[in-house]
Amino acid sequence: MSENLEAFRKEVQDWLAENCPPSMRTPMPEDETVWGGRNATYKNRESKQWLDAMGAKGWTCPTWPKEYGGGGLSKEENKILQQELRRINARPALVSFGIMMLGPVLLEYGNEEQKQEHIPKIVRGEIRWCQGYSEPGAGSDLAGLQTRAIEDGDDYVINGQKVWTSYANYADWIFCLVRTDTSVKHEGISFILFDMTTKGVTTKPIKLISGSSPFCETFFDDVRVPKANMVGRVNGGWEIAKRLLQHERSSISASGFTGGSSVPMQDVAKEYSGEANGRIADGSLRESIAQHRMNAQAFQLTLKRSAEESKAGMGPGAASSIFKSYGAELNKMKYDLLMEAMGTQALGWEGDGFDAEELNVTRSWLRSKANSIEGGTTEINLNVVAKRVLGLNDHQ
Amino acid sequence: MGMVLTEEQQLLKDSARDFIEAKSPVTAFRALRDNDDPKGYSPDLWKEMVDLGWAGILIPEEFGGLDFGMQGLGLVLEEAGKTLTASPLVSTVLTCGSALMLGGTQAQKQEFLPKIAAGDVLMSLGLEENAHHAPTAISTKAEKSGDGYTISGKKTFVLDGHIANQLIVVARTGGTGEDINGITLFLVPTNAPGVSIQRTTMVDSRNAANIELNNVSVGADAVLGSVDGGTDLLEQVLDRARIGLAAEMLGSAQHVFDETLAYIKERKQFGVVIGQFQALQHRAAKMFTELELCRSVVMEALTAVDEKANNVPLLASLAKGKVSEAFHLIAREGVQMHGGVGMTDEYDVGLYLKRSAVVEQAFGGPRYHSDRYAQLEGF
Repeated sequence: MSENLEAFRKEVQDWLAENCPPSMRTPMPEDETVWGGRNATYKNRESKQWLDAMGAKGWTCPTWPKEYGGGGLSKEENKILQQELRRINARPALVSFGIMMLGPVLLEYGNEEQKQEHIPKIVRGEIRWCQGYSEPGAGSDLAGLQTRAIEDGDDYVINGQKVWTSYANYADWIFCLVRTDTSVKHEGISFILFDMTTKGVTTKPIKLISGSSPFCETFFDDVRVPKANMVGRVNGGWEIAKRLLQHERSSISASGFTGGSSVPMQDVAKEYSGEANGRIADGSLRESIAQHRMNAQAFQLTLKRSAEESKAGMGPGAASSIFKSYGAELNKMKYDLLMEAMGTQALGWEGDGFDAEELNVTRSWLRSKANSIEGGTTEINLNVVAKRVLGLNDHQ
Repeated sequence: MGMVLTEEQQLLKDSARDFIEAKSPVTAFRALRDNDDPKGYSPDLWKEMVDLGWAGILIPEEFGGLDFGMQGLGLVLEEAGKTLTASPLVSTVLTCGSALMLGGTQAQKQEFLPKIAAGDVLMSLGLEENAHHAPTAISTKAEKSGDGYTISGKKTFVLDGHIANQLIVVARTGGTGEDINGITLFLVPTNAPGVSIQRTTMVDSRNAANIELNNVSVGADAVLGSVDGGTDLLEQVLDRARIGLAAEMLGSAQHVFDETLAYIKERKQFGVVIGQFQALQHRAAKMFTELELCRSVVMEALTAVDEKANNVPLLASLAKGKVSEAFHLIAREGVQMHGGVGMTDEYDVGLYLKRSAVVEQAFGGPRYHSDRYAQLEGF
């Protein structure tokens, strides 16, 4: 067994030596992230080469079944692959909602045709997916969604509006929650897939307080979608929707809310607010930063504990229910403290007087405010802990 | 242990829980308090704990112990913390036992470790001299006289001081003020001429004392560790004490949280149980979150000691700081969520509030430890 694994490690090392291009072993600038899709453009030619190599091998989705183009690796083999990728500082070949969200639920709930059709294209990065969940009137109360799908012959005709659709303007396909029964709430929702180039689909980017536009409003005006595109049974979409959210939340917390400043906060504080005897001069700021660092370490240790528990076959422990909300609040606090430490130098919007790192902190600070809203608000997450973990019932 | 208990550790935890629940429920602690028990702990209960091997749980087998390490002791302390069990576990076993194991000569170990394991000696660390934890702010003096030393000074907040047979006294053999150098640890029998001990009645009804040393003579063999270089040893001892105490506090915090949760599921107002109100639900979820974080930190810190990791000081401050804050929060929220009955002596929640205030300050409170954490991290 372990001999086989060592042979596998050697195989991985040899393959990476040959197939991972030199620039793919360097830190990745934000604008070189590879999302794939029909209209993908590659700022760095080697990104495409790396994606094609990893995609052909199935290693963009290492543990998905081989028959659908995945890597077919066992958990242990995948661990080795990830170790070897980290060892050479390899960039992720592909980042996609297909991998993080849709793929796992399609493998679980999709029929054979759907899996054959969509999974290989996710693995190879040929189709870029977006998520049609939230609506103007359905945010935290997601199941209150109103986008209608009405049967018409072999099709559904879809009308309605989605919002906060990440990168809908770049996406090729959408996985979408629609209402197929108006007489009930959760039991009237279905999960359906369609092409964003279908007649009647339009998108409009939303400009955020940070100045960027990662999200869109997406409108459906008599969009005809074949019935065969429905995943699971009619009115059975809520279960799939929730499962997908679990994958989304775990990938959000696993990513550790990265981005923004890479300089440790305490060094930023020393530089901008002053140093005395090797310490941050401002005692109150120092205390706040220490508190934050301690909370961050406690959080990291809890992620580690949860990973060890699941490795020991204990299933996701109660601790995992707190990850999303706690991680979000930590990240928001991090940027608030960075702002405080940097003073007026963190208040620039653009242009002269501020360097790139400073401007980045301002924008990331604004961006971080969404951490406790997207993918389930902190309030909803606390409700979930109170209800499911602590057994406190709803007020009727 | 790492982050998951081994089978052996799970067995220890289960048997500790069963024993504590049967022999030392909160009512046992109440009885000690209400009877103004002069000892402040139950020798009979302690005898049973000794028979279970708990007094020697840290001590190597060659000195008559079980050698279960800090992870083993941590599990026992956590269970003891749940019911506010008063025992010499923290003073004798955790703190002074560690001091002897880390700093004792072969002869000192031979003399004291088997006695600790057999329950034949109770020991206390005489450290603090001020109202705040300050390990190097020592003015108790030990002056060379003949082959030995003469010690004079005053110690306060000496846990279990009035029941101890033996003290470990932190004294200054050199330097002044808060100098790191010039500190030495001494083994001093409590019956030595010049030692006077005054029990202090604390808000948590647990044992502490003020101790005065007036020209107390000890031999050269009373020195524990090195002369003038005691700070290193003291810090190592304190880190273990902080981590072990954090394990006990985790048990207390978990218990008072569980009690509070049970209460808000049963107390009705406006025709519904108050646990249905979101104003309480979110606060309960946040307390739960803090407990989960504390559990991870405590397990990591206990394991780090046993594995001789080099980040024990950082983890000790993380554990003592985080768990102190969590217990502080949960005890106060516990009283608030109990409402009026939370203010009555009849309900246990008040006992935990009182305990949280005392144990929070022992070996340094949250501010002390966040500052130390920052210092250790270079800021």
